[in-house]
Amino acid sequence: MQIGATQAYFPHRHLLGIEGLTRPDIETLLDMAEEAIEVSRRVDKKRSSLRGRTQINLFYEPSTRTQASFEIAGKRLGADVMNMSVARSSESKGETLIDTAVTLNAMRPDIIVVRHAHAGAVHLLARKVDCSVVNAGDGAHEHPTQALLDALTIRRNKGRIEGLTVAICGDILHSRVARSNILLLGALGARVRVIGPSTLAPDGLSRLGVEVFHDMKRGLEGVDIVMMLRLQRERMAGALTPSAREYFHFFGLDEEKLACAAPDALVMHPGPMNRGVEIDTAVADSARSLIREQVEMGVAVRMAVLEALAQHLPNV
Amino acid sequence: MRGGVVTRDGIIAEVGETVREGDAPEGARAIDCAGDVVAPGLIDMQAFVGEPGAEHRETIASATLAAAAGGVTTLVSTSATLPPVDDPAVVDFVLRRARDTGRVRVLPMAALTKGCEGKEIAELGLLQQAGAIAFCDGARSVKNALVMRRALTYARDFDALVVHFAEDPDLGSGVMNEGEFAHRLGLSGVPREAEAIMLDRDMRLVALTGARYHAALVTTTLSLDALRKAKDEGLVVTCGTSINHLTLNENDIGDYRTFLKLKPPLRHEDERKALVGALSEGLIDVIVSDHDPQDVETKRLPFSEADSGAIGVETMLAAGLRLVHSGDVALMRLLAAMTSRPAEILGLPQGRLQKGAPADLVRFDPDAPFVVDPDALHSRSKNTPFDGAVLQGVVKATVVAGAVAYET
Repeated sequence: MQIGATQAYFPHRHLLGIEGLTRPDIETLLDMAEEAIEVSRRVDKKRSSLRGRTQINLFYEPSTRTQASFEIAGKRLGADVMNMSVARSSESKGETLIDTAVTLNAMRPDIIVVRHAHAGAVHLLARKVDCSVVNAGDGAHEHPTQALLDALTIRRNKGRIEGLTVAICGDILHSRVARSNILLLGALGARVRVIGPSTLAPDGLSRLGVEVFHDMKRGLEGVDIVMMLRLQRERMAGALTPSAREYFHFFGLDEEKLACAAPDALVMHPGPMNRGVEIDTAVADSARSLIREQVEMGVAVRMAVLEALAQHLPNV
Repeated sequence: MRGGVVTRDGIIAEVGETVREGDAPEGARAIDCAGDVVAPGLIDMQAFVGEPGAEHRETIASATLAAAAGGVTTLVSTSATLPPVDDPAVVDFVLRRARDTGRVRVLPMAALTKGCEGKEIAELGLLQQAGAIAFCDGARSVKNALVMRRALTYARDFDALVVHFAEDPDLGSGVMNEGEFAHRLGLSGVPREAEAIMLDRDMRLVALTGARYHAALVTTTLSLDALRKAKDEGLVVTCGTSINHLTLNENDIGDYRTFLKLKPPLRHEDERKALVGALSEGLIDVIVSDHDPQDVETKRLPFSEADSGAIGVETMLAAGLRLVHSGDVALMRLLAAMTSRPAEILGLPQGRLQKGAPADLVRFDPDAPFVVDPDALHSRSKNTPFDGAVLQGVVKATVVAGAVAYET
């Protein structure tokens, strides 16, 4: 039994990034995810489209919500899900990524979900295994399921994505969330702005088809969606910004800055939030915040992705 | 030019159009080269030969076999070995190993600073007496301007050539060229300025000290501007670039191919074209292979974790001929950058087809195509950036001091 009555065709074996997906590919996943939301809101959430399948969540970086989201998504579809946090096991024994991949591959999983601290690591692993691979974040490169859940959240609240203006604010340079969102929102016809100090949002990013702003109030003028990014603490103190308080003064989202956006603008954040650093608590918890809804959409999108990839798994 | 070459006792006895079939002295072996090109054996000014300390990556035996197969008859080895070549005994070791196991000439460079650490000047005089041909710290820059000034000043007393890899180590801490492609791949970038800032500093220190300076590997238009200015001012500076930077660009990294991870990184196509232009006009003096064998374990890693470096001594000529076949560089200009120019800079008698010069020769068919098969290459490591590429230019024979070192 599938999530929905009909299933659209998704022509990829892996989901390594938004790059390489066409607009119809993305819309297929979003439509499947809509159906997964309904499934997730029922009392009986269990489906059988991945029954008998083995899903391994291989996380080289600590993660709470993404890993939990993938685990719940896999289990709702009937897969046997195993979580591996390699930060504390093999890698500390010196086993390389490829050796781990080959070892896991020998256990015949059907889907491996991977998060790794280095860009391209998931591509490297995908070349060495026979099963489907989902990128759950690779370094500063891509985090495709985050971009998909963001798009689903926007589409449900605004009714469309095409023609909207979306501002992504914060540490763009080191953000896989920003990179995947830039690609996805661009593919669906949104106008994308990025806002941050030049050390975190260099002007060269305009080559990716976005407008770059270093003044937050100007950047937020008239935008429909304000997407905040998490600023990692080690990047705040002295290296790329002078201090957390200076950062919040200029780039933290508070009511005053948000007033520059469109009157019906909505606020998003991929979590976990640094309250008082990149976002003011009053804004994060306001009626305009979609932050909790994003988490629900995360499960739905991941169900859609797993089921879409399962189309290509061998059935004998 | 058509003609012939006669060698005797390791020396070119006669050369030129007047040397014809039948001019060979009695008892000599006559070889009909059948229209192939005969050139001076190539001189590669920058190659890592593995010894001492990295024999799992390369040995002098395997490096010189690869060199011979690529038409290279003189390998200038870099100093950043383990231990580094910062002691006369290590120079002696390399020379002895080359004598006993090498197929082509190996001329060791020695360290410019002790341990290649950029802190104290190495024993330049003693190292030179032991046989060091020039001084460099491998692919490490001397960051401290005071140390560099002293090294240059002291080197001048021995008329020693200082070969410097110019890149600011902090600004150059990224893993690929800075720009749109790095943004797309989510990799940290190295701006062109990382190289230019260090080179600008060096040009001022050369002007201050009057030392002989060779920029080991330049890759950007900013560096070319600095070198042009320095040469115009009459400073004794020369420069090289690598065969990789002349024939590949950052887009070749594609899907995180670690064999294309180099230091300095492959640049934008505009920079590559500028390098080719500078080679053609003679601003770039030398082409090096920057041969850097890496084993599988240091390359089968995520891109930012993998080591930099590519093998290249065996494919340098064929890759360089790409520029000739595309009409960008004249054959004689290409060969000069691999033969007579490095010979002049290093003060070597070889590298020219001249009566009385050492009989180091290469015979090659410049048009014959082949597919680069890493397993067929002779280096102990297989990290070639030309994996699967179609190149034109097959070496038929390599002669070192009148003796055949390689022949197909």
